[in-house]
Amino acid sequence: MERTLEHELIVKEGDNLLTPLGMTSAESYRAVKAGQSALRRYEGLWGVPEPFVASLLDRKAIDQALDAHYSIRALETYSFFEKMAILSISRALEQSSVDPASDRVRFFLSTTKGNVARLETENRYRPDVLPGYSAQRICDFFHNPNPPIVISNACTSGLCAQIAAMRALQQGRCDHAIVVGADQQSKFIVSGFQSFKALSPLPCQPFDRDRQGLNLGEAAATLLYTRRPVDEIGPTDWIACRGAIRNDANHISGPSRTGEGCYRTLRAVLQDTPPEELAFLNAHGTATPYNDEMEAIAIDRAGLSDVPVNGLKGYFGHTMGAAGLLETVLSMYALDDQTILGTRGYVHCGVSHPLRLSATHATTQRKSFIKLLSGFGGCNAALLFRQGGDLC
Amino acid sequence: MLTLQSWIHIAPTGACLEGHSVPVTDSNEGLLKRLYHQYVGDYPKFFKMDPLCRLGFIASELLLQNTPDRFSPREDRAVILFSHSGSFASDSHYQQTIADPNDYFPSPSVFVYTLANIVTGEIAIRNHYFGETSCYLLNRKDPAEMIAIVEEAFLDPQTRSALCGWVEYVDETHYETTLFLVGPEDHTGKPIWNQDTINDLINF
Repeated sequence: MERTLEHELIVKEGDNLLTPLGMTSAESYRAVKAGQSALRRYEGLWGVPEPFVASLLDRKAIDQALDAHYSIRALETYSFFEKMAILSISRALEQSSVDPASDRVRFFLSTTKGNVARLETENRYRPDVLPGYSAQRICDFFHNPNPPIVISNACTSGLCAQIAAMRALQQGRCDHAIVVGADQQSKFIVSGFQSFKALSPLPCQPFDRDRQGLNLGEAAATLLYTRRPVDEIGPTDWIACRGAIRNDANHISGPSRTGEGCYRTLRAVLQDTPPEELAFLNAHGTATPYNDEMEAIAIDRAGLSDVPVNGLKGYFGHTMGAAGLLETVLSMYALDDQTILGTRGYVHCGVSHPLRLSATHATTQRKSFIKLLSGFGGCNAALLFRQGGDLC
Repeated sequence: MLTLQSWIHIAPTGACLEGHSVPVTDSNEGLLKRLYHQYVGDYPKFFKMDPLCRLGFIASELLLQNTPDRFSPREDRAVILFSHSGSFASDSHYQQTIADPNDYFPSPSVFVYTLANIVTGEIAIRNHYFGETSCYLLNRKDPAEMIAIVEEAFLDPQTRSALCGWVEYVDETHYETTLFLVGPEDHTGKPIWNQDTINDLINF
């Protein structure tokens, strides 16, 4: 099927990052640029028997911020997960003239576990523990008449949701897409990753030889996208060019030894793009031994070993459903600032195919990047972004 | 526009392939296990799967069993599944393993199935599909949304066919799947895959 809107591109028209280091994208970016990390050690939290290191939101601060926007009473029955998504969306909307109640607007929710923490108080089947219910509540809050879509592709959800939104815009099914990613941490998720022996007892060290695993994080992140004719696009506009989703067809909980799906997503999004055009590749970089090695193999196979690579999990941990949006927005703000963010926690190369990694920030004049994610179920996703009005 | 190549429906009352009831022998086992023994039999990973994956897997097996070159690796087929309850059954199972501090036994083999997209991965692994795998959760069974999203997946220039549909598992007596194999128009008289076709075929 041919793309129906050849002369138009998908443009970012708003964003928000709700993180432990800031309630806007600019605040969160400034904290990262200053080298801060939200990772802390927690003991006994939520009744998890073993200590863990995580990046967690301040629930009170979220409620206070929401109270300043809306009557908190209107949000009384909303879960923390739903509230953080609503706050992030409302802040992103402030940057644009998009009316979320319009029938030309669609909502895309990226989450892996939604309201699963509600099973802790009552473990039985009911609507409010399902992600589709949360999505509908969020949509209803903004009086949007369209059915919301939840993208549930494990850790790749945040890119897959952007890809789903791009496609709906390309097909003319909507004029504006509100893409929000969020996950609330809980005993459920922490204990699950502990059972996999996937958590690091220390702040994570992506791609480092001493890396011991990942840290979990919570955040909400929003991107607003619209369609715009090529000749109306300015030099600072961010374009979502091309995305791809591929499977390893190998294992449900272990990445491919050949980086198969990840390599294939890179091949699909690169097409004829010369590697010299890329400012950097923002990897998934969870800091588990297998993920980072797999990505190094895939990047090398795709002929991108000379492109700078960074991983951002050392600042906010692995924010699951939010990660694809959070790391996309941070990468955009970094390039607005002509910066390649450093990989916090990286010291010595710990992958078999050396990558151009650095713990410290660097400068660049280039204007495009690729964001990568991989996840359970063997799924992989990549998206190519470019600043300015060239056709993708 | 996409054309419908084949379809299957499975519910606790039985399986139906292309509108014809799939014969199953009587035994004490549940329907999904009986279908596995009778029509698959050589893929013991089935027994490791959670119920949602077993349901999607068995449906895909019955749908694909007579297709030529079935296991040749390919990147041109997407697996796109829709659900309402997603991984709820496994979420609930996993929650039981961590609820009691005196009986705390979280297990990776249970936890991994608390992701709704694992079923797409199981199908990709079995059939050597390197193409797109996507899982969407909807607040209700909505064929218009499903068709629009699957059609949009064909914007990926490498995608030439899709195994797609609805897969929903709550418990042993509440489950249902309808899977479709769809592709581009091929002028072989296959029906267009739209809401009318779906409603004509089955009470979706």
